Amino acid sequence: MKKVTRSKGHKVISKKKKPEIAEEIKIPALAQHFARRLKVQDNINTDYVISGRYKFRIQDPKELCKHIFEDIDPEFAQRVKKGDILVAGENFGCGSSREQAPQSLKTAGFYAVAAKSFARIFYRNAFNIGLMLVECNTGFIDDGDTIELNIEKGKLKDVSKGLVFDIKPIPFVMKKLLEDGGVVEHLKKYGGFKFDEQV
Amino acid sequence: MGNTIAEKILSNHCGRDVKAGDIAVCDVDFCFGQDGTSSIVIDSFKKLGAKQAFDKNKFCMVIDHSAPSPNIGVSEIHKKMRLFAKEFGLGLYDIGCGVCHQIVPQYGHVTCGDLVLGADSHTCTYGAINVFSTGAGSTDIAVTLASGKNWFKVPETIKIIVKGKLPVGVYSKDIILHIAKDIGSNGATYKSVEFYGEAITALSVDARLTISNMAVEIGAKVGMMEADNKVLKWVAGRSKRAPNPVHADPGARYIAVKEYDVSKLSPQIAKPHAVDNVSDVEELIDKKIDQAFLGTCTNGRFEDLEIAAKILKRNKVAPGVKFVIAPASREIFLEASKKGLIDIFIEAGCIVVGPGCGPCVGTHNGVLADGEVAISTANRNFKGRMGNPNSFIYLASPATVAASAIKGRIADPREYKKRLL
Repeated sequence: MKKVTRSKGHKVISKKKKPEIAEEIKIPALAQHFARRLKVQDNINTDYVISGRYKFRIQDPKELCKHIFEDIDPEFAQRVKKGDILVAGENFGCGSSREQAPQSLKTAGFYAVAAKSFARIFYRNAFNIGLMLVECNTGFIDDGDTIELNIEKGKLKDVSKGLVFDIKPIPFVMKKLLEDGGVVEHLKKYGGFKFDEQV
Repeated sequence: MGNTIAEKILSNHCGRDVKAGDIAVCDVDFCFGQDGTSSIVIDSFKKLGAKQAFDKNKFCMVIDHSAPSPNIGVSEIHKKMRLFAKEFGLGLYDIGCGVCHQIVPQYGHVTCGDLVLGADSHTCTYGAINVFSTGAGSTDIAVTLASGKNWFKVPETIKIIVKGKLPVGVYSKDIILHIAKDIGSNGATYKSVEFYGEAITALSVDARLTISNMAVEIGAKVGMMEADNKVLKWVAGRSKRAPNPVHADPGARYIAVKEYDVSKLSPQIAKPHAVDNVSDVEELIDKKIDQAFLGTCTNGRFEDLEIAAKILKRNKVAPGVKFVIAPASREIFLEASKKGLIDIFIEAGCIVVGPGCGPCVGTHNGVLADGEVAISTANRNFKGRMGNPNSFIYLASPATVAASAIKGRIADPREYKKRLL
């Protein structure tokens, strides 16, 4: 479990190393969000995010996103508001490679997903389509808590509880994709993978 | 220090020596999508503004998840795929051809040492024939279709050694379910897994594909095996390209080494609703079932049908039990037909549906009713996977599924030992 530190004003007690790549990333920070916590926390697979029943039938993302988490929490989709942060536990997004999963979460209005860990295909898909994922200790966050995300400082703050959590640094490639608005926009902007020379 | 198979294959495809943790932009040998993912591949490809595919021979689409189409929405997706294939001169395997993970290796699109991406999480299947193949999202496939490349994080590797001789009635499916139980559904997340040991090399290529297929169920990026003579012979008749077998170096760095002895292993069953929720068959004997399913990218190959037929011959499916069988490809269907297996299935009271994913993804061909219990050879038993969140799915080998269908209850296939020798 990661270290949990209480914030004192703007100071955070735990000292964190500066991220290796100090490039400025233009991600809006410090806006406040509401946590939407699922009843089931660990091993949420992409079938649960959006069932195969719907993803084969409905192509319109706005219609599809009405069915998120229907099999495990039928009323969940109705509670989601634009700018919310989805809160989950370990191995979020395991299973099927369906890109409809992160797309439906983004279309539903989620600003980001915070989980203890993510499955790899989902992780990649989310950043490819411009949905931010943060890995941190989410165990203390309750549904409805007010959350602040500071990606540059690598912190997630649960304002309701006065707790600050360290976020696992987002890999440079992912930050770059997010900054450019997804992999399609990244490639259109640079005509290839821009991080090519830097790695 | 030596390199793992993952490090070597990715190094071969990015033109420099990369190690676990590095990011590499690699040339991809082949990529594909299926009817659940290709619609977004097409949309993303168009958004990229690509005028043509990087290489028409390095891509295909397979209509397998809902084939033939069960509703208008899916029919529109299939139409979109057909039009896209025509417009850009791309390969399309239409309804009836089979499951993508059978089609792609069977038609020789991939060979040893290749780097492959598929818009389906079970793309890891071809690790069994020494292909670094992994599932990705639709947009990643569109990127590769347009550019021939994609970026990869070089994974760390877990080495799994499977020792011992499998008892009669126990199969590769039981091995991987046993491993899933031990490692857990996220025990190998982001990792490459390399499988070794005499229990693996004793398996046919068909049976090995079952193990690599389920590598993703423990979170792995790939489930690699070495190319021995069986594999080289298997790909030789299929791929036109020369194989480039890749072995791990002595002294390659593994983050963990796990050993299993399967000489006393019981048939394994994954219980609802998680693949790592596994028991020995003995603990579940007599659990009533409503449906049995034999097929999928995990266990729909000829050898799987043959094992089931041995058990079903001169037997009947229990009254009230629906037994659905979907061969993994047209060729497998044809071979099963020529060798009399289809007759055995029909005489036993099974229904044989067209090649494809069948009821595994819950879109058609056997959606469960509320409270119903299925035993299936598939790779996932998530809640709702077979189309109804109020149903229950048990996963097992073709032998266990066939034995259970006859009893109408979960049964031990070792009762048919003499037939299976």
